[in-house]
Amino acid sequence: MQQIIVSGVGGQGVLFITRLLAETALKLNHSLLISETHGMAQRGGIVISHLKIFSRHSSPGFTSPLIRPQHADILLGLHPESIQAHGFYLTKGGTAYCNSIEETNGAFFIDATTIAVELASPLSANLVLLGYASTGKKLFCAPGHLMDTLVQLGGKNLPISLRAFEAGKKEGELFFGGIAPSKK
Amino acid sequence: MTGRKILLGNEAIACGLLESACTMATSYPGTPASEILGTLVEMKSEIPREVHLEWSINEKVAFEVALANSFTGRRSVTIMKQVGLNVAADPLMSAAYTGVTGGFVVISADDPGPQSSQTEQDSRFMAMLAKIPVLDPSSPLEARKMAKEAFLLSEKYEIPVMLRPTIRVCHGRQDMEVEGFPFPKDQAAFQKNPGRWAATPEFRFMLHGLLNKKLEEISEDMHHRPGMINAELMADHFPQTLTGENEVCIVTSGVVAAHVQEIMADLQLLDKVPLYQVSMPFPLSSAFRDELLGRYDRILVLEETYPVMELQFRNGEKVFGRHTGTVPPSGELLPEILGDILTDFLHLDAPSKRAPSVLPVRRPTLCAGCPHRSAFYAIRKVFPEGIYPGDMGCYTLGLNLGAVDTVLCMGASISQASGFYHAFKSQKTDAPSICAAVGDSTFFHAGIPALINAVVQGARFVLVILDNRTTAITGHQPTPTFGKTLDGMEVSKVSIPDLVRACGVQFVETEDPYALESFMKSLKRAHDHTLGARGGVAVVIAQRPCLMDRLHADSWNRMEIQVTEECTGCHLCVTTFECPAIVPQGEQGPVRIDQALCSGCGVCLDICPHGGFETI
Repeated sequence: MQQIIVSGVGGQGVLFITRLLAETALKLNHSLLISETHGMAQRGGIVISHLKIFSRHSSPGFTSPLIRPQHADILLGLHPESIQAHGFYLTKGGTAYCNSIEETNGAFFIDATTIAVELASPLSANLVLLGYASTGKKLFCAPGHLMDTLVQLGGKNLPISLRAFEAGKKEGELFFGGIAPSKK
Repeated sequence: MTGRKILLGNEAIACGLLESACTMATSYPGTPASEILGTLVEMKSEIPREVHLEWSINEKVAFEVALANSFTGRRSVTIMKQVGLNVAADPLMSAAYTGVTGGFVVISADDPGPQSSQTEQDSRFMAMLAKIPVLDPSSPLEARKMAKEAFLLSEKYEIPVMLRPTIRVCHGRQDMEVEGFPFPKDQAAFQKNPGRWAATPEFRFMLHGLLNKKLEEISEDMHHRPGMINAELMADHFPQTLTGENEVCIVTSGVVAAHVQEIMADLQLLDKVPLYQVSMPFPLSSAFRDELLGRYDRILVLEETYPVMELQFRNGEKVFGRHTGTVPPSGELLPEILGDILTDFLHLDAPSKRAPSVLPVRRPTLCAGCPHRSAFYAIRKVFPEGIYPGDMGCYTLGLNLGAVDTVLCMGASISQASGFYHAFKSQKTDAPSICAAVGDSTFFHAGIPALINAVVQGARFVLVILDNRTTAITGHQPTPTFGKTLDGMEVSKVSIPDLVRACGVQFVETEDPYALESFMKSLKRAHDHTLGARGGVAVVIAQRPCLMDRLHADSWNRMEIQVTEECTGCHLCVTTFECPAIVPQGEQGPVRIDQALCSGCGVCLDICPHGGFETI
């Protein structure tokens, strides 16, 4: 069982990251519930997805599509303001990963935007962050699972999506593997 | 599309409609309902051609088109958001009396919160007012099942049935098995029966009696009797009291049932307190009501958004909810709020886990390069002291630019502009200029009668029709200017300028809002017309396709913009233009262009008084 909040600003790809995680969970034979933001907030407002993953056959699983404050295991912040806006969802001992140039409230952070710009694909910052977070050993799945799903979803942006994910993953492996100096 | 899939609530509903071999679906887009017909349109290739789908001009028309199909014995659905049902209230009330022959389902999606609506009204009350049954799903999977049940119920009693998902069901996702869809086989057959389909008041009285009888039978229908969610867990313990006091139970419906079940599992209450889910909140089963009132001393009713079940209990002593102040009278019932209500009601000692009140970090804004932005900028420039009646759509965000003063409901910009004109007309001096703005889809939806009315009542104001060739806010559904049905059949394109002229408007100009200077000149000419001896309403059509609409992906020349050394850091472009691609740096520092967001529309070149932007 895992509860994940994905937070960002409309247009950053919150829905795509949520979908990627959800399809991966499905492939791993989990069941899931999601709550998404649609409508006006997608025009540059702050948007949030709730993703709850649980075993398909054991009860009780989850029934509500919403995560309660202090119940999320993981917070993925695609925007530096995400932690401030949605940090209250994290449970004690939960883990936050944030696209930011500096630390906020103890979140692991990576400057995903700059890395994505260097790859000439500024809109792929979401995947840089996910690649980074996937190496932290807290998510329900491994980096390889997510890459498989990316490939399966396909699309004309697949090569650049994979490059962005791998760039984040590389940073994460250096950091969480203890090779790079601690940023936390 | 078969196998185990993750479906959006609205996709699951679309699935349920197809599994019911529905032959027609009509809708006007609106959050949170838009993706239901949208999904059917996307699945067009998997649906038999005989199934008619349409984005209708408004909800009233959508309702009536689908209802006639049901009169021929074919299953039909009409889909809208809750405030759309207000527009369709007229046919709804009448259709309850006439009844239907082919199964007829009205889907009205509610928006507790509200997150994307002007009210958080409860469609179930509309069902109650119309005297039709309403089903209230708690999850995407249940919404799919209830779509099928709704058709059966409708056909059994020859009555329209409402399916009322809330935003958390519509925009929730869940994994479920998907199989193929049956082929619709209903052939159209219309049995003439003027006493029913064209009933005069005398016959209407009779039909009303018939409707009352149907409702009574439905409320006693065992198939829709509410069940106890935790019956199995309770079986070993029942009747056991939790607190030593008299027995209590909880009655819920919709997504609230899903929240409460999970909270109660966490609090280890599922084997202690009976939890009932009501799938049909109106008409509430009378046997269920009597049983609960006989068995329990305190009944907590938890539902969104208005007290529909609570009122039907007709008991002020034992029933707790909104009338006792136990449940907040407005707002979404978030799980954390429900947690507090439960612990209070059951006298449990559990810490509150309410979210801290965080300041809204950022507000939504028009996209970079949005043609509405330059139109609003021009309106502010030309009518600095004006009154700006606004309307429903992306361009409601003209609020941020100070160019929208009122937003009431679809089409009201035009009628309100008229009302403002008549309010101020006796004022010989200092009467404010009035400049209303309405989107193209909204104009078609509800603006045309308002415009005719303004013309024939002698109103004088400027109306800007923001024609971006699509219904942008809800995901780019086509407007009547598109010239094609959802089947791809060519049909007449309805011309907005011709339509406006036919409404009796003498001044009509079409301009590109990107060409700021000539657009502003047009607004001035329009204003002159409103002041002239034979003047009246003047219409300027701001025509420029939505940049986000894939149909018009290359409709503009993309310029590369950079900031020059002339930028003084005055931030006028940030405060009065609010383009998200123009990023302020520090209090007085020069701005910078976010190239990832910049659309290269080049309008900012005309905005800066210092020449702070240039093309590369």
